[in-house]
Amino acid sequence: MLRFIIRRLLQLIPILLGLSVLLFAWLRALPGGPAQAALGERATAEDIARYNELFGLDQPLYVQYLRFLGRAVQLDFGTSNRTGRAVTTEFLERFPGTIELTLFAMVFAIGVGIPLGYLAARRYGGFLDSSSVIGSLLGVSIPVFFLAYLMRLVFAVELGWLPGSGRQEVRIDATRITNFYVLDGLMTREWDAAWSAFVHLILPGIALGTIPLAIIVRITRASVLDVVNEDYVRTANAKGLATATVRRRHIIRNALLPVSTTIGLQTGLLLSGAVLTETVFAFGGVGSALRDAITNRDFPVLQGFILMLAVVYVVVNLLVDISYGLLDPRVRVR
Amino acid sequence: MPTSAPVLEVEDLAVTFSRKGETPTRAVDGVSFSVAPGETIGLVGESGCGKSVTSLAVMGLLPPRGVRVSGSVRLDGQELIGASDRMLRRLRGADMAMVFQDPLSSLNPTLAIGTQVTEVLLEHRDLDRKQASAEAVDLLDRVGIPDPGRRLKEYPHQLSGGMRQRALIAMALACSPRLLIADEPTTALDVTIQAQILELLRELVVGSGTALVMITHDLGVVAGLCDRVHVMYAGKIIESAERHELFARPRHPYTGGLLHSVPRLDAGRGARLTPIRGSARDTIPWSQGCAFAPRCDNAEDDCLGDTVPLEVDPAYGTDRELRCRHPLQPARVGAGTSGAGVARAATGGSGATASGPGR
Amino acid sequence: MTSLGERKRDRIDMLAAQAGAVPTGEVGLSLTRSAFRRLRRDPVAIIGAVIVVVFLVVAAFAPLLAPKDPIAQYLLSEIRPGSIPGAREGFPLGVDNLGRDLLSRLIHGSRQSLLIGVVSTVLGVAAGMTLGILAGAFGGWVDTVVMRFVDILLSIPSLLMAITVSVLLGQNQWALMIAIAVTQVPIFARLLRGSMLAQRGSDYAVAARALGVRPARIVFGHVLPNSVSPVIVQATLSLATAIIEAAALSFLGLGDPDIARPEWGAMLASAQAYLSIRPWLAVWPAVCIIVVALGFTLLGERLREALDPKFRR
Repeated sequence: MLRFIIRRLLQLIPILLGLSVLLFAWLRALPGGPAQAALGERATAEDIARYNELFGLDQPLYVQYLRFLGRAVQLDFGTSNRTGRAVTTEFLERFPGTIELTLFAMVFAIGVGIPLGYLAARRYGGFLDSSSVIGSLLGVSIPVFFLAYLMRLVFAVELGWLPGSGRQEVRIDATRITNFYVLDGLMTREWDAAWSAFVHLILPGIALGTIPLAIIVRITRASVLDVVNEDYVRTANAKGLATATVRRRHIIRNALLPVSTTIGLQTGLLLSGAVLTETVFAFGGVGSALRDAITNRDFPVLQGFILMLAVVYVVVNLLVDISYGLLDPRVRVR
Repeated sequence: MPTSAPVLEVEDLAVTFSRKGETPTRAVDGVSFSVAPGETIGLVGESGCGKSVTSLAVMGLLPPRGVRVSGSVRLDGQELIGASDRMLRRLRGADMAMVFQDPLSSLNPTLAIGTQVTEVLLEHRDLDRKQASAEAVDLLDRVGIPDPGRRLKEYPHQLSGGMRQRALIAMALACSPRLLIADEPTTALDVTIQAQILELLRELVVGSGTALVMITHDLGVVAGLCDRVHVMYAGKIIESAERHELFARPRHPYTGGLLHSVPRLDAGRGARLTPIRGSARDTIPWSQGCAFAPRCDNAEDDCLGDTVPLEVDPAYGTDRELRCRHPLQPARVGAGTSGAGVARAATGGSGATASGPGR
Repeated sequence: MTSLGERKRDRIDMLAAQAGAVPTGEVGLSLTRSAFRRLRRDPVAIIGAVIVVVFLVVAAFAPLLAPKDPIAQYLLSEIRPGSIPGAREGFPLGVDNLGRDLLSRLIHGSRQSLLIGVVSTVLGVAAGMTLGILAGAFGGWVDTVVMRFVDILLSIPSLLMAITVSVLLGQNQWALMIAIAVTQVPIFARLLRGSMLAQRGSDYAVAARALGVRPARIVFGHVLPNSVSPVIVQATLSLATAIIEAAALSFLGLGDPDIARPEWGAMLASAQAYLSIRPWLAVWPAVCIIVVALGFTLLGERLREALDPKFRR
């Protein structure tokens, strides 16, 4: 198992290097190059020349790349054109919000999706089955931002049941420790702050979790349908095990294997969706910051955020792979 | 033949599969047989003849939807058809157990062998985990798995085919069942392993007084192990006889055909194998005559028209039953010793073991 | 949005394995033929096909079908902050915030949306197949290099990838299509490589090699034709993704800025601002996107099931 983990860690290296090359080249390829990108569109030729000299952009490309890599390893991606603050600082400040949101979405998608997919499969062809199949087809066909707007309109604006923007009630003057607002509230025992932060997660979280939910329902259902027809389930029944034991130990355990592999991929989906959902709900995470960076052509922020999000994505997938190895003994030996 | 009360009595068992929009098919039709303690019977036939469906029906393992089972299945006198799921679960694994054809797919790939053995013990016997795993070591040892303590922690994919089947047998025998059904237990294995597994079954099952039902298409298996043989065709039993009788003097042309399509060690050089004509698909419904008639050399006009009944074979006393109007005459089977030759070849010439369990 | 892309990604390997299950060229053909026979009797597939065909017809004859000019402005006197005229005589769905006829814009929008879907999918398939064939046919270091590159592309969540490309190429319809195509490339590259590897190891490919058939002939004559059906399935599903993803990019301000070409995604994105005044402005383009995406998805899913030996019976 340890060798499996080490091998997977080693496989990370070329991917991370490739990523850095890709985003390094990206900034170079932009019209006007990195100087223009950093100084903005109104920069004069003199400004650009001075900038190029200052940051070594007159050096050969490989030197520039190695410098970029050196700074990237120290999490230095320059400063935002708009705020003048370090890109990494902005990212770290906002990322906890996105983590809270994506976690909520994931828990929602898994918590609802797996039981629903299981029940649909066990009632194959029934009403619950057909409606969950149709629902999950619809779920993957809806543009996320439209769903988010619709939910906000209905539940926040019209009905007023839940807050429709921000991460917390503005009037609450909460203490910040980790920037995970819910966690901060719990740690400082500011219960209303924690509650308010949690309530603010519900609408964007459900909107963000809808597509993963639809996918998880489909995969769980298909997987359970496969597994119940497996010979080893028949063996388990032939052993006279209690229905609950057969279900838990032999059906669900094996049916969840394919579901668990997709959870890593869902992370990419959630990070993509966060850009859209956070924008709709004015939720102060990295997603809405990315959207602002697009609007303002804030290239250092775009470069740094996308690189850091890609690293997060790759690492989450690695963790999922490793946990899959724990679940399925066959993977370990391979 | 054993005289004690039978462990398993199957009477007029019928299984009908019906799918929406399709005409129902009767996979098993009016099958009756019984097995005494310590007795081994064989259910023999080509694939699709209903032998596996019969065994699943006995175990109550057929899917609940789209299947109708009628007739009577009694385990130690207790009726199983129509019994509650709870009751069946209490009996399965404890009083009746089953070994399946493909040992790899029949084992849960994500659970250690030990877990899969102990779960039967924990379910049916009053043991704690520690006792159960000690018992599991003992079981694996009994089925001839070397180093059982280590094997318990291994997963199915780490075991060889023969070892997997041994592990499955260990699970089936964990609670010393009264009845064991083995559905083609050796088909997926190498020939050398096949013999070992059959030998193991004989030792463990027959010695302990467990009733054994062997389901197979392989007459070699029957010859080596079974006391009594029921030959099935298209869902019905067409001939039943004591094993030696069947091999020496097959009466149904289908049985004869099966015997002739097996290579014989004592056949002269150049002797030909005669396959049965056609395939199992060339059949007619039993209600319109003998299902085997289209493939049968002996078929005559009266083989068609009405159902041919299963009757006591007039030529051989009460112990043989036959569903045929134009059976083979002993002279036509060739030298008469030829059938027995198969039996001897398959048992390795040890005719003595055959009568063992009855005594 | 990115959803379908992600969902498909995990299915690539399955599809590839499935292609490997098709034993020979001849059987492959009859498999495809029997698959289409099954599709014709499958009501769900028919619904999907009907949806797709209807929208294709609408797109083809848009200028004839649209009652009004999609970019002319009407009823301007009645538009004021907080009020946009609704349905009325001559404007069955009302007008948008700039007084343009919504129905005509939807009809014309089908052209642009389907075009974006088709072109970006074709580009993605072409580039992805090329990479996949290179990797699958040559193996060795070519395979390693190509697949590492594909892994790198896959390591950026797909919408972020599309944003990166789109920002680089600027705002026009080609940039939009290429940005979406780039997210499809790794999917098709992996799919093709996987199914080619499965085919290469198959008995008939080994037999052909043993008979001395030239490698190029094995690849293009035997292996490739058998890898086609999963690509068709995947491409059908990708069409749905592409259209949804185009809407997401439009929403982020990375769409096609040319007002002469109405497009559902852009219409939906700009209508969000008026959601509380006239939600229908957003709902109609959203319905169009959902229905078309659903049509392609239904068709693709059923096609996959029809081609998958596991589902047959």
